[in-house]
Amino acid sequence: MADQTTNPIAFVADGTIPPSPPPANQTGAVKWLRENLFSGVSNTILTVLSLILIYVLLKNTMPWILNGVWNANSLAECREILAGKTGACFAVLTERWPQLIYGFKYPVDAYWRPNLAFVLMLVAIAPVLFFDLPRKLLIITALYPFVAFWLIWGGTILVPIVALVGCVAAGAVFQKFGKNSFAAGFFGAIIVALVVWKLGGALIPEGASDGAWLSAVPSRDLGGFMLNMMLGLACVSLSVPLGIALALGRQSNMPLIKWVCVIFIEFIRGVPLITLLFVASVMLSYFFPPDSTVDLFLRVVIMITMFSAAYIAEVIRGGLAALPRGQYEAADSLGLDYPQAMRLIILPQALKISIPGIVNVAVGLFKDTTLVSVISMFDLVGMIRGPILASTEWNGVYWELLGFAALLFFVVCYGISQYSQWLERRLATDHH
Amino acid sequence: MSTMTDPPKSDFRLSMLINDTRYRSLTFQVIAAVVIALSIWYLGNNLIQNLRAAGLNISYSFLGDPSGYDINQRLIEYDSQSSHGSAAIVGLLNTLLVAFLACITATVFGVVAGVLRLSNNWLVSKIMAVYVEIFRNIPVLIWIIIIFTIMTAVLPGPRAFRGDSPTSSMLFDLFAFTNRGVYIPRPEFANGLFGSTFLNWLLVIAVLVGSLFASREIEKRATLKQEQTGERPKTGLVKLAVWLVPLAILMVIMGLTWNVPALKGFNFSGGIKIGGPLIALWFALSIYTGAFIAENVRAGIQAISKGQTEAAAALGLRQGRIMNLVILPQALRVIIPPLISQYLNITKNSSLAIAVGYADITATLGGITLNQTGRAIECVLLLMLFYLTASLLISTVMNVYNASVKLKER
Repeated sequence: MADQTTNPIAFVADGTIPPSPPPANQTGAVKWLRENLFSGVSNTILTVLSLILIYVLLKNTMPWILNGVWNANSLAECREILAGKTGACFAVLTERWPQLIYGFKYPVDAYWRPNLAFVLMLVAIAPVLFFDLPRKLLIITALYPFVAFWLIWGGTILVPIVALVGCVAAGAVFQKFGKNSFAAGFFGAIIVALVVWKLGGALIPEGASDGAWLSAVPSRDLGGFMLNMMLGLACVSLSVPLGIALALGRQSNMPLIKWVCVIFIEFIRGVPLITLLFVASVMLSYFFPPDSTVDLFLRVVIMITMFSAAYIAEVIRGGLAALPRGQYEAADSLGLDYPQAMRLIILPQALKISIPGIVNVAVGLFKDTTLVSVISMFDLVGMIRGPILASTEWNGVYWELLGFAALLFFVVCYGISQYSQWLERRLATDHH
Repeated sequence: MSTMTDPPKSDFRLSMLINDTRYRSLTFQVIAAVVIALSIWYLGNNLIQNLRAAGLNISYSFLGDPSGYDINQRLIEYDSQSSHGSAAIVGLLNTLLVAFLACITATVFGVVAGVLRLSNNWLVSKIMAVYVEIFRNIPVLIWIIIIFTIMTAVLPGPRAFRGDSPTSSMLFDLFAFTNRGVYIPRPEFANGLFGSTFLNWLLVIAVLVGSLFASREIEKRATLKQEQTGERPKTGLVKLAVWLVPLAILMVIMGLTWNVPALKGFNFSGGIKIGGPLIALWFALSIYTGAFIAENVRAGIQAISKGQTEAAAALGLRQGRIMNLVILPQALRVIIPPLISQYLNITKNSSLAIAVGYADITATLGGITLNQTGRAIECVLLLMLFYLTASLLISTVMNVYNASVKLKER
């Protein structure tokens, strides 16, 4: 004890030593590289293999893309310009652009009509996708199908107007009677719409489309990516309400309705879309009245809508099943009847749960619209495989065309799935 | 004192049919039944009238008529004199073949990509993310066409293998990749125990199944021993022997030889020819569906709570064994139901064969037969019946499997 107090203290720190910077391999990029790419032998091997893979891919594709020829009239001309170098012949895209987008029979002077319809589609779809936009914009959305129909098919304006009047009348009837009894309003609306369409159809004179301001374009002249977009948009928007109805029907406690819905859904889900398209192209016309001609586009829309409605119904059924039983009981205890409970309590929650699934089905459906090329409709894939690759100028330009188609679909589908993820985050009201 | 009173007995009024919950559902069902019956009658009536106008009738006798077309890729004997019915069976087997092959490879691709996507290696997980996004977001039809184009337009013709300085050569002198298909060696038995090749192969399969049971028995005994003594006997070599020795003995007895493809004249002969369309369909379905399966696998693995990994690590298990023994068995329960629907998707998407000319059932029955005979309704109905049966069978089998791996709860 004593010597401790007597011994003079050799060193007393009179301040704190400033912290020295961490070793170079423990900070910044080096640390990140060590942890994420070279943390062990196997990891390093994987990294090196990946780098080699990327290098090989880039080495083989980059010169091809960068040397690409954008201005030529045929493959032979392309090869002349390239003079033996590797390079893509993107000229096919610029030269055949209208065919790829609109098909090969759509009148050239009418290209502005699908273009305008496309721009309007962006406007019309915006309030559906983004809830923050003013709700008044939904009026445009409601009008859009009629405007788009008129723009793309042309002909007399009376047809879309009669269709619109029928829908407005149905809406009015539903507003009036739907308050007291949903069933009365619903069936009344359907009957009124059918009556208006029948009467209006009789009023439109034969040959009204002949001298119309927008020349009439028959369905078989539609093609290219436009056809994919039209099929995708029409079928998705039609199949969501049908899918909701089927899902509710499958949950119903009325045995007849339940079993009809179950059989329909399971049948459609059990067969490939191609067979349904065969039905549309060779079999469906047998089921229409003998003197009627329903054009192929409509038949295809009917079958694809049924197809995706069955899948959407299953997604929504999952959403309905995920709701706690208490929600149904709470709606009952408030004295709501079935349509009110569904509209106000159950469906808003169930649909919210189902959104990712519905978007998945929509993306799948949009990709599946390429199958119509098998029943000789000239969508984007049909155009590429048919008129373009078979032409003497562009015979052999596979990669540019297929790559272009792949890119278009990738952009649209990836965009939709990113939107769905954003929406999921946006709608999440529970606490984490 | 309170008395129970019966609800007032009112007379039945017509409005009760819609307003009284006791009768309402009945009313609706009667209305629905009438509507359904009317629409069936309407459609059926249209059908009868249209058929009569076209001078057709519904009959399946065309299935017995000679088909008059050839099929390159076939598993059973068939020529153009065979009936439409046997063409349909050739197509059916081809569908099952490509679906079976694609299910296996898609699972392999999917599991590898799904596990690698969760890798600690940043670069690898990003590459896998890119793979998944690219393949999921581009239609499978475009993938089939792309790979078919590679098969036909990029691979060399048999001519390139000819001459003194050929521009192409066979891989290991065993495999030939040409634009007419891929040729691989075919095993043949010089002195098979049975006359028919089919029975010989059946024998090989029987021996393999026997080996499977034997090796399972060895595993079971090892586990029993481990439970009794705590020491697990080494089984690796014994199991290897159980698999290889009987097979090798059988091969020697039957005189196995390899029929290697060789260039004869303008084409390859010998070996097994796998046509370009089959490879295109098989590979495209595998990588496309593999991307979806990768997402299912990733979701399944992520659904297992991190506590499981940590608990396993606390027990001293190595990284690989944590995955094999703790995570994957639990993740499988999450993965299998979506996996079943992916297998169903493969089976249904195999109908795209018609786009590249692979003779599956859609291309034979729904394509050439339909066009030759004009029997649209019969062909499409048979086609749908086949796919429905296949879908139901696959989902039944997989559901039984799912039930067997399900968490056993009280």
